Amino acid sequence: MSQLAVDREIDRSKMKVSDEVAIEIIGMNKWFGSFHVLRDINLTVNRGERIVIAGPSGSGKSTLIRCINALEEHQEGKIIVEGTELSSDLKNIDKIRSEVGMVFQHFNLFPHLTVLENCTLAPIWVRKTPRKEAEERAMHFLEKVKIPEQANKYPGQLSGGQQQRVAIARSLCMMPKIMLFDEPTSALDPEMIKEVLDTMIELAEEGMTMLCVTHEMGFARQVANRVIFMDAGQIVEQNEPEEFFNNPQSDRTKLFLSQILGH
Amino acid sequence: MSDKAYVRTEMLEPRDPPPSSVGPIHWIRENLFATWFDAILTILSAAAIIGLLIEVVPWLLSPTWGGTSLDNCRKILAAANHDGGACWGVISERWLQMLFGFYPAELYWRPIAAFVLLGVALAPVLFSDKVPGKLLYFTAAYPFFFPWLLWGGTIWGPLAAAAGFFIGYGVYVVASRMVGNLTGVIAGILAAIIWWLVLSGYAVDALAGIAPIGIEPVESRKFGGFMLSITIGVVAIGASLPLGIVLALGRQSDLMIVKYLSVWFIEFIRGVPLITLLFVASTLLNIFMPPGTDFDIILRVLIMVTLFASAYMAEVIRGGLAALPKGQYEAADALGLDYWKAQRLVIMPQALKISIPGIVSTFIGVFKDTTLVSIIGLLDPLGLSNAIRADSAWNGIVWELYGFIALIFFVFTFSMSRYSMYLERKLHTGHR
Repeated sequence: MSQLAVDREIDRSKMKVSDEVAIEIIGMNKWFGSFHVLRDINLTVNRGERIVIAGPSGSGKSTLIRCINALEEHQEGKIIVEGTELSSDLKNIDKIRSEVGMVFQHFNLFPHLTVLENCTLAPIWVRKTPRKEAEERAMHFLEKVKIPEQANKYPGQLSGGQQQRVAIARSLCMMPKIMLFDEPTSALDPEMIKEVLDTMIELAEEGMTMLCVTHEMGFARQVANRVIFMDAGQIVEQNEPEEFFNNPQSDRTKLFLSQILGH
Repeated sequence: MSDKAYVRTEMLEPRDPPPSSVGPIHWIRENLFATWFDAILTILSAAAIIGLLIEVVPWLLSPTWGGTSLDNCRKILAAANHDGGACWGVISERWLQMLFGFYPAELYWRPIAAFVLLGVALAPVLFSDKVPGKLLYFTAAYPFFFPWLLWGGTIWGPLAAAAGFFIGYGVYVVASRMVGNLTGVIAGILAAIIWWLVLSGYAVDALAGIAPIGIEPVESRKFGGFMLSITIGVVAIGASLPLGIVLALGRQSDLMIVKYLSVWFIEFIRGVPLITLLFVASTLLNIFMPPGTDFDIILRVLIMVTLFASAYMAEVIRGGLAALPKGQYEAADALGLDYWKAQRLVIMPQALKISIPGIVSTFIGVFKDTTLVSIIGLLDPLGLSNAIRADSAWNGIVWELYGFIALIFFVFTFSMSRYSMYLERKLHTGHR
């Protein structure tokens, strides 16, 4: 596994963590049926933080970030996103979802719409943005992820890496304050991982608050300001990347790191 | 350097395929004469087709277009030395009846206009990329115009029916602002139903008294032939698709009442043969109605066939919904689209596209099932053919009559099938 995500200097000037709280999770528990999948999660994320969540499969990392935009329902505890508490009130859920962007492992682009239409759908129908403005904004973000020339193609005609970059642009078009990444590079060919990570790094350089579930430890080293290690539905260890990788404290973390970095 | 090492110094340019693997000769060799067994099958099939044509073509090309009865046909054939030919006299004499039933001949222009305009109304739906979208307003107005052209009567009837939708919508807008969305929907639907069932009758009578504008009414019992089949088919097809979508969504709903109502409706209607529903429509329904109510027989049949088709449609669409990856729902949710917007913009366009073959099969089935109305005494083409064969002049005629009916049905169903293939090609947006 590569130790670095990109071979260039990363501009950390704008990667500033503010004192304002973006997400606050207090005493959160979740069950799938009788299976206790998330256990007593406490986590505060400040604006501008880039957090990488690592851990073995089945440890609940994806479920954790899917709780933040209510794709999964939690049963106990509080989740407060940008000052709005997640409850069963649909209005709160819609409000939070329009402020939190999400990128999925399998892209989940809408195959019946062109790339441009994928990017303008939510701004037009949720934010009531005029079509022309929504299209201009979509083109702006497509340029940012470096595929403006694909705007009128359908997702099925693009490569995996291109599709994932469209998915990132689609989320950005909603002007989210927080971005969630659920294993964004796990379904990609090795050659395409880099182009997606590049896009994510640029986003970090602009000061976006990001939570990434990923196995890209190079990305964690270079971009994250905090790495969270989860196992069996619990947060086992969290630290700055330098410390996390060089000086892991718990045995479980040491074992995990030796497994994924050991070859 | 070992002898296994190899480095390519220049990349190869693509070349044309060899001539033996393209072109018509290649196609024939590949598809007709690939092996000895294939060659024998090809020759046998060709012989069978030619044999069939030698039998059928002279039968088809018999000079009996002017025959006035079966005996008369036989005389013509004997005189022309063309034994065993078809007797087309029955078609030339009765084809207007086969098309229009007993609809008054001087009013034939009305069903003709209705079906020509049906084509205009369908055009923006079927060929949305080639026809201006403004025509959709005509499409929206057409369902009220269509029965008025066929049945006639006062113009206020269809206008009052249309007004029900505006009244319902108006009540919904006002009520949803005052007491909330769900209550608004219920209030709107109730208001529309009350208008249709109770108030609109008085309004139509009053308006017809003030301004008697209308065209000559035609009774349902004069309807018949392909006009009747197409009317039932078009209404059932047109109404069952939206109803089926609602039922399919209802079946997946989180609301228990909605879910079980949908499930039981679908299971009950699918579990009962259409012919039973038609008997209920033709006989039982009148027993339950208050005496003196005049509930039109064709309207009753339309409702039953529509309900029947929508139950099947719901299951076909549910199949399409089940085939969609869960990620599509999640992506729509994560972007903040609410349930109805997600359904309309993301889920349904894809689910319906996946379901096109099943939907069109259901359409074709419904259109062919319209012939069952002959059993409850309506004069659709099959009902008419029985009447014609009971006529002493045409007693004993079979192939010509049923062949003609089959041909017309085939033209319609084959067009539907070809259209669905065109639509699938048009909506294909690359592999997923």
